[in-house]
Amino acid sequence: MPDLFPQPGGDGGAGSKPARVVDRAGLDAVIRSLQSRGYRTVGPTVRDRAISLAEISGVADLPQGWHDSQSPGSYRLTPGADLEIFGWAVGADSVKRQLLPPREVVWRAGAQDLVPHEEPAAGLAPLALVGVRPCEVAALGILDRVLGGGRVTDPRYASRREGLFICTVECGSPASTCFCTSMGTGPGAESGFDLAMTEIVEEDDPRYLVRVGSDRGAAVLDEVESQPATLRDEAARQEVLARARTRMGHGVVTEGLPELLERNLENPRWDQVASRCLSCGNCTQVCPTCFCVSVEDITDLAGTVERRRRWASCFEVGHSYIHGGAVRPTTRSRYRQWATHKLGTWHAQFGTSGCVGCGRCIAWCPVGIDLREEVSAIRASDGMRALAPRPGGG
Amino acid sequence: MSSSPSGFHPTIAVFKFASCDGCQLSLLDCEDELLALAGAVRIANFQEMSRATIEGPYDIAFVEGSITTSHDLERLQRIRATSTTLITIGACATAGGIQALRNFADVQEYTAVVYPRPEFIRTLATSTPIAEHVRVDFELRGCPINRHQLLEVITAALAGRRPAVPRHSVCAECKQRGTTCLLVAGATPCLGPVTQAGCGAICPAVGRGCYGCYGPAEAANPSALGDRLLAGGMAPADVTRWFRTFNSAAPVFTKESLRHDPQRQR
Ligand code: SF4
Ligand code: SF4
Ligand code: SF4
Ligand code: SF4
Repeated sequence: MPDLFPQPGGDGGAGSKPARVVDRAGLDAVIRSLQSRGYRTVGPTVRDRAISLAEISGVADLPQGWHDSQSPGSYRLTPGADLEIFGWAVGADSVKRQLLPPREVVWRAGAQDLVPHEEPAAGLAPLALVGVRPCEVAALGILDRVLGGGRVTDPRYASRREGLFICTVECGSPASTCFCTSMGTGPGAESGFDLAMTEIVEEDDPRYLVRVGSDRGAAVLDEVESQPATLRDEAARQEVLARARTRMGHGVVTEGLPELLERNLENPRWDQVASRCLSCGNCTQVCPTCFCVSVEDITDLAGTVERRRRWASCFEVGHSYIHGGAVRPTTRSRYRQWATHKLGTWHAQFGTSGCVGCGRCIAWCPVGIDLREEVSAIRASDGMRALAPRPGGG
Repeated sequence: MSSSPSGFHPTIAVFKFASCDGCQLSLLDCEDELLALAGAVRIANFQEMSRATIEGPYDIAFVEGSITTSHDLERLQRIRATSTTLITIGACATAGGIQALRNFADVQEYTAVVYPRPEFIRTLATSTPIAEHVRVDFELRGCPINRHQLLEVITAALAGRRPAVPRHSVCAECKQRGTTCLLVAGATPCLGPVTQAGCGAICPAVGRGCYGCYGPAEAANPSALGDRLLAGGMAPADVTRWFRTFNSAAPVFTKESLRHDPQRQR
């Protein structure tokens, strides 16, 4: 698979540049430098009791001192007096909203002029994401394969993705819902970024070890006052990552996962989870890689036609509607679609897993259904069949 | 604009049964579109707007309100017989409305308390949705309905297409607008996961749990949410009350409300 939006990141080229260290003021200067280059800078902020991505003007907008605690079906964010800026794990919001907005108009046509005309693609300044986690960067890599130019290219996605600047921050504070180590997407950042930071909190003010992943990244960092990273800084980074690994929740055994799921389509566990599942679709909405949209044509009284699309979900009955009815009419069949697509059939379809282990679907499920637990229950009962055959496979 | 884009210039009538008029007023609430609408359709019967009425048949009848008297029932059957398309609007018409609370009580007890001469009151023991009595072509949910959805239903009818009125949960709209989930953040109980979208998830956006105005979403699983509310510390009698507001006669809400009802475990 060719690199669709090349961003070397750590492996040769610009990536071989030695790491630097900046302080809080230096981080602010990185943000300002991006702005002076014409980027809209978007990063983590506190909004509505959760971490979510929004436009930031400088380091003061970042969630300094905020910490979260997450478990299945539960998320709490609390303020603190400390100087740590990135002391939390991902909130419900993800980079998906920035590149694949929840609602957008695809085209409009007037009453007379029935030739659809394309909306000007975004028309906005290019985006710089500052302070997004490595699992977010990995999710972007997955979305790239789906929407950015594999078999099909979504022009809207591609235009937003092109020129995207990514300044990731490695993860020092995973939640109990996180399992990026299982999915190989974190807590460290390996590739796909322009700059990668690690927040090092010791006695004094936090400092930021910055690694360069692209020429663009190098140019930005060159403008900022920084020190060469010392051996002590490098060791501190390794310690942050090692601690993060131990603070992670339990993981998922990924070995042979697609095959495991494929031979367990009739496992009674699907009935068990369906009795608890609300079919509300929150898991797919918060998942950074769920890309399903519904396309609707709307007319108005003046005769204008508008084609709109919105986030959709395989938990909607209409998602599997073909003539005559829905192929997945039950919650059992819909939950199974979600889990087997994310962890199984995605491999055959796009060549990777559809899951980056961010844990959002676990924390933001109102009834706390835990994808990891469902998978390990299936593994434990591998090969078990549902008691009665099901007409129509529902 | 003197006619609809398709040239179809339908006769529209609005009828009311047991209800508060709020849903039909949504039609007048379409301020910006009202003139264009008046040009595109022929309004034959709409008491809230004009006393002038045109006899049927009607292309589209909008029916608001629930059936609470035997006289209602006869009138409804006449409306059905003279209307090509019958669309019910609002929680009363689609799920019995708030007055369906009588279905869980003794209506004679109510009339005795409320009216000085209860013997003059002739009413059925239940409040029931329109679709229990006649064929309904489309149900537009809400308490009250959303005027954007009403316009969508009308413009879809004019264009001869299916209205884009999704039947998924409120949660989808809630997430799309970027609201932090009240249930997950531990703020307050919420009926969003079992309620049909359409309102734009306005209540969670201002920190109030969804009240369930749009009735059950497709594939709703109220018992899973009921268990979740209990686990969150809600008393069983309160779970009953949560499922017993504007859509208490919707079968899956009725069932869940009875599951926790200390009075009547049916
Ligand atoms: S399936 Fe769940 S854990 Fe995996 S990427 Fe999606 S939201 Fe994150
Ligand atoms: S899991 Fe469902 S919503 Fe997500 S991408 Fe797959 S089919 Fe779409
Ligand atoms: S798994 Fe959870 S979030 Fe997903 S549809 Fe079921 S109840 Fe909703
Ligand atoms: S606040 Fe309510 S409507 Fe919104 S996602 Fe949570 S449960 Fe659903």
